[in-house]
Amino acid sequence: MSLKTPLGHVRGLGSAKSGTHHWWLQRVTAIGMLLLMIWFVVSLIGLRGASFEEATAWISQPLVSVIMLVLIGTAFYHMRLGIQVVIEDYLHGALRIAGIVALNFGTALLSAACLFSVLKIAFGA
Amino acid sequence: MSDVNRPVSRPLSPHLQVYAWTPTMVVSTLHRLTGLALTSGTALLTWGLIALASGPESWSLFMSLASSLIGMVILIGFTWALFQHMMSGVRHLVMDTGAALKVDDSRKFAWFTFVGSFGLTALVWAAVLLG
Repeated sequence: MSLKTPLGHVRGLGSAKSGTHHWWLQRVTAIGMLLLMIWFVVSLIGLRGASFEEATAWISQPLVSVIMLVLIGTAFYHMRLGIQVVIEDYLHGALRIAGIVALNFGTALLSAACLFSVLKIAFGA
Repeated sequence: MSDVNRPVSRPLSPHLQVYAWTPTMVVSTLHRLTGLALTSGTALLTWGLIALASGPESWSLFMSLASSLIGMVILIGFTWALFQHMMSGVRHLVMDTGAALKVDDSRKFAWFTFVGSFGLTALVWAAVLLG
């Protein structure tokens, strides 16, 4: 039996029992995206019209591969958090649950495809 | 879970259509719309990476589509959506600290995001096409 007061059990957690976790990670990933996308856009300008060899050589550099992997993880996490809020705003009942399950499946599939592609190019297979 | 799809007979508060648009409303709406657009942009990123991982033929197909007129119009659209979402995202982060919440400040900040997103898009595509 806990000696915490009933108020102590719920303080800071809200009705979803997760407090500001979602809100906070949306902000943390936003700051990450700000830095990563500036790097990405500048890199893509440099890569305009790149041949297959030039593009694979660029991604194969260890530092570029690692930043790309971090970018993919951050982008899909940030996207998933944002779309979840949109689904929760506009869909209700069973449709909402189906929407969030579909969102999780889609995020897993696309992010796995991106991560695998970068690793395949980086390891030169 | 409660059934929220029952017919509504009580009076409802007015929604978007009765208000005159203000810069602050536009920036808020655009933040969500550009966020949704960028979600489809992740499919584009996936396509590009899969194409590069699949070999020279699929990469040259991807690049020829990306550098076609329609491809470039779509990419310019994604560039603007990215910068608008980025600028209004920074606006959100600033406002989260409690700053720029006064009506006049928040309106100026909204205009700043539009100028910034169009300006940065023009800068990037000038670099792509002329650089």
